[in-house]
Amino acid sequence: MQATQDIRKPVKERGVSGRTFRAAAWLGWQIESNWADPLIFFIYSVIKPLSGAAILVVMYSVITNGNFDDPMFAYIYLGNAFYIYVAAVLTGVSWTVIDDREIYRMLKYIYIAPVHVPVYLLGRGFAKFAFGSLAVFITIAAGVYFLDVPLDLSLVNWPLFAVSLTLGIVMLAMMGLVLGSVMLLIVNNANFMGEAVAGALYLFSGAVFPLSILPAWLQPVGYIIPISYWLELLRRSVVGQVAESFPTFSQFSDMQLLGILAGLTALFTVLGFVVFRYCDHQAREKGYLDRYSNF
Amino acid sequence: MLDAYPTITLLSLLTYPALHLGKKDYMDLAIHTEKLARVYKLRGSKKEEAKELVALRDINLDVRRGELFGLLGPNGAGKTTLIKILTTLLAPSSGVARVAGYDVAAEPEKVRPRINMVSGGESSGYGLLTVRENLWMFAQFYGIPSKLANERIKQLLEIVRMSDRMNTKSSDLSTGLRQKMNIVRGFLTDPEVLFLDEPTLGLDVEASMDVRNFVRGWMEGNRDRTLLLTTHYMVEADELCDRVAIINGGQVLACDTPANLKRQLQRDVIYRMEVSPLNGLQPEALEALGGVRKVSHEPKDGAAVLELILAEDDALGSVVNTLTGKDIHILNLQKREPSLEDVFVNLVGHSMKEAESGADGSSS
Repeated sequence: MQATQDIRKPVKERGVSGRTFRAAAWLGWQIESNWADPLIFFIYSVIKPLSGAAILVVMYSVITNGNFDDPMFAYIYLGNAFYIYVAAVLTGVSWTVIDDREIYRMLKYIYIAPVHVPVYLLGRGFAKFAFGSLAVFITIAAGVYFLDVPLDLSLVNWPLFAVSLTLGIVMLAMMGLVLGSVMLLIVNNANFMGEAVAGALYLFSGAVFPLSILPAWLQPVGYIIPISYWLELLRRSVVGQVAESFPTFSQFSDMQLLGILAGLTALFTVLGFVVFRYCDHQAREKGYLDRYSNF
Repeated sequence: MLDAYPTITLLSLLTYPALHLGKKDYMDLAIHTEKLARVYKLRGSKKEEAKELVALRDINLDVRRGELFGLLGPNGAGKTTLIKILTTLLAPSSGVARVAGYDVAAEPEKVRPRINMVSGGESSGYGLLTVRENLWMFAQFYGIPSKLANERIKQLLEIVRMSDRMNTKSSDLSTGLRQKMNIVRGFLTDPEVLFLDEPTLGLDVEASMDVRNFVRGWMEGNRDRTLLLTTHYMVEADELCDRVAIINGGQVLACDTPANLKRQLQRDVIYRMEVSPLNGLQPEALEALGGVRKVSHEPKDGAAVLELILAEDDALGSVVNTLTGKDIHILNLQKREPSLEDVFVNLVGHSMKEAESGADGSSS
């Protein structure tokens, strides 16, 4: 017990975000990877994304009589592959609230610790991002090698890809923070919310079909979703010729799209922290931080 | 009914300092609450209007630094609600609560580095992590350097006799070991103010004793440490706490040292009587007898146990007469010293178990 003062000293505000993020990311990775032995985890990591892609490929093949040369195939395949990030990061950040409150019942202990809770949620989301990146890579690699998705590494616009991907991940994390904040206020059935949002975005963000296919009155929904711009930028940077075949965003240059994405990311960053602050306050008022629904 | 409780003198002892404190005085106290209240709004169906459940009302408490303070009350008394407010998890409906000198509602970020909490009956936490990993991670959240954290984890696990389980996944731990791990998590950060909410809930006798010994040792290790313990085990409160507040129905009914609380019953005579089934006799009928102050009862193995607080020994005769008149046989009779249970019965009018069976439990 002599080490009392030594222990108390390090509890200081400086660096709180960094250590919160690191510990949360570590915890997230442990939760993602620790549930099975390494071999089973590896098999799962490979099979899961491939299964998701296989469903889409089979459906596409049936509908188009196996016309894999059409640019639409690459459009759908890559959109679906990058959409893995949406499910991983957006729902990953928000699901942490459910995970910690309902399943592990540790949210209250995280909350009373000297951490920044939004940073903690983002840290947990980072682990999902890392795991999702593996899935995206496997899906795209399988598409290139087995399905002739026209991806030529020498033609990839790497700077555009890197900037777009980074901005997009930040944007998804901030959308996840908004969603996670709202989940603080939903005790019952909050677990369905992440899936519902991800499903709705899948339909309206141009992930598996161009926005122009949507009825005219629904298309504006797609234009206000930042993910639409992000997926367009990723397609342009990775397979420019495919993106050119679908003129949904042809009125925008790459820089304009980046500007829109950056603006929306900044907006969601501000929104994320404002909504969190509000929901955090409301959750403490209502006593929801440790309320279990036993769903 | 609450107004009828004989608490005026004790309550005045409790409340006098709270209204006259300056900023410096707040900082000298580990915990200070002033007219603290919490009301829950309960909604049934959409058509029904929201009902209000008063979980806490007008709580005025001062806990000095270095004190091991107990909150004693049945389930649903408001103990956990009070701890939730003090640990910044729940906003008060009205009133003020300060921990380590800081307002828990307005300055939670200043309170949190100075506190920690352990609740009883918890899940295994992050069950995929080992005991060491669980504890190390929380140490990181509190900014404790990794090397120091590992040393402390090893040291604390040795104290609670869990060294051999350091690398066991926490989901594989028994209830007792899991609770010990949680307790180590609370003590690991050596907080200025530690909240233990029913820490021995669900533990066997030996494990409970380990926990109590550990708590005692921790408090003796540094006089600056403050610990607030909630329990509904009278013995635990009596054995551990410097002072105890008895809480029921969201109100503090009395607050003093265990010895002083019991001293109030020194003039009374207390009997524990085991009798055959009561044959419809209500304990209230016994309370109506002259010299009988309070009676509580609980069924036991087909019989009944009566706890009698009498103003004088002579009153026992009329109790015995009444029982035998109803063909109730006395199986065992013991005279004993007053306990905190008797203090509770004297304040509330019935035993802790009776209070728990009557409470809906939702206010805790």
